[in-house]
Amino acid sequence: MSFDNIFGIHEEALRLRARRSEVLASNLANADTPGYKARDFDFAAMLRNEVQQPVRLAATQTGHIKADQGVVASTQMGYRIPHQSSLDGNTVEAEREQAEFSENAMRYQASLRFLDGRIKGLMMAIKGTSQ
Amino acid sequence: MSSFKIFDIAGSGMNAQSLRLNVVASNMANVDAVSSSLEETYRARQPVFKAVLDQVNTRNPSVGVQMAGIVESKAPLVREFAPEHALADEQGYIYRPNVNVMEEMANMISASRAYQNNVEVLNSTRQMLTATINLGR
Repeated sequence: MSFDNIFGIHEEALRLRARRSEVLASNLANADTPGYKARDFDFAAMLRNEVQQPVRLAATQTGHIKADQGVVASTQMGYRIPHQSSLDGNTVEAEREQAEFSENAMRYQASLRFLDGRIKGLMMAIKGTSQ
Repeated sequence: MSSFKIFDIAGSGMNAQSLRLNVVASNMANVDAVSSSLEETYRARQPVFKAVLDQVNTRNPSVGVQMAGIVESKAPLVREFAPEHALADEQGYIYRPNVNVMEEMANMISASRAYQNNVEVLNSTRQMLTATINLGR
């Protein structure tokens, strides 16, 4: 058993979910900002990327700051295509963003539950008792 | 942890919407504030929102809301012939504000719904973070 991937995909998933909830929160906050374009990213594609070929910068000097993992750059973000366009150029559709936000939050909690189970299992193995 | 930024973002949204509600209240309160000249008459106000980009990390697309300013409505004031009115000018006219009550009501409902959306976002984020803190307990 390797401790490197003890949490499997859920560690990355959690990070990306947190990031996505941030993006969706800004969409909702800017629901009435003229000209604001709603943004989002393809979660599945990002996760696949992150797992298959994680972006890591080589630190050749001790002073190098470690690259932030699981961060989605704005170039990897897409713009939402609105069902109905509004006059002021704002593309936020509050209902849709809300639905996406709550789905994202649920999936976050699901990943969290998996992590929780993993940690509890480990604790059990270490202590030799259940709880 | 990046999730804490959501509190700032949703907070700025709530702030903007409550300011919008304030402006609506001001417009509604002054709907009957008649006067005897064009200059003195109250004009309906509307807030202008702007998205604030992250100053530190400009590549970060998640943004809060900022009040860019308040603009006065350019709609014509209502001139009414009422010679018996105490505030009537020499020609017997009074001026009413260009506040459209129907528009303001719609604005108010929209603002309070948007405010609620932001509160919901805050609540779910708080739950998510609490669950994360309690991980493995």
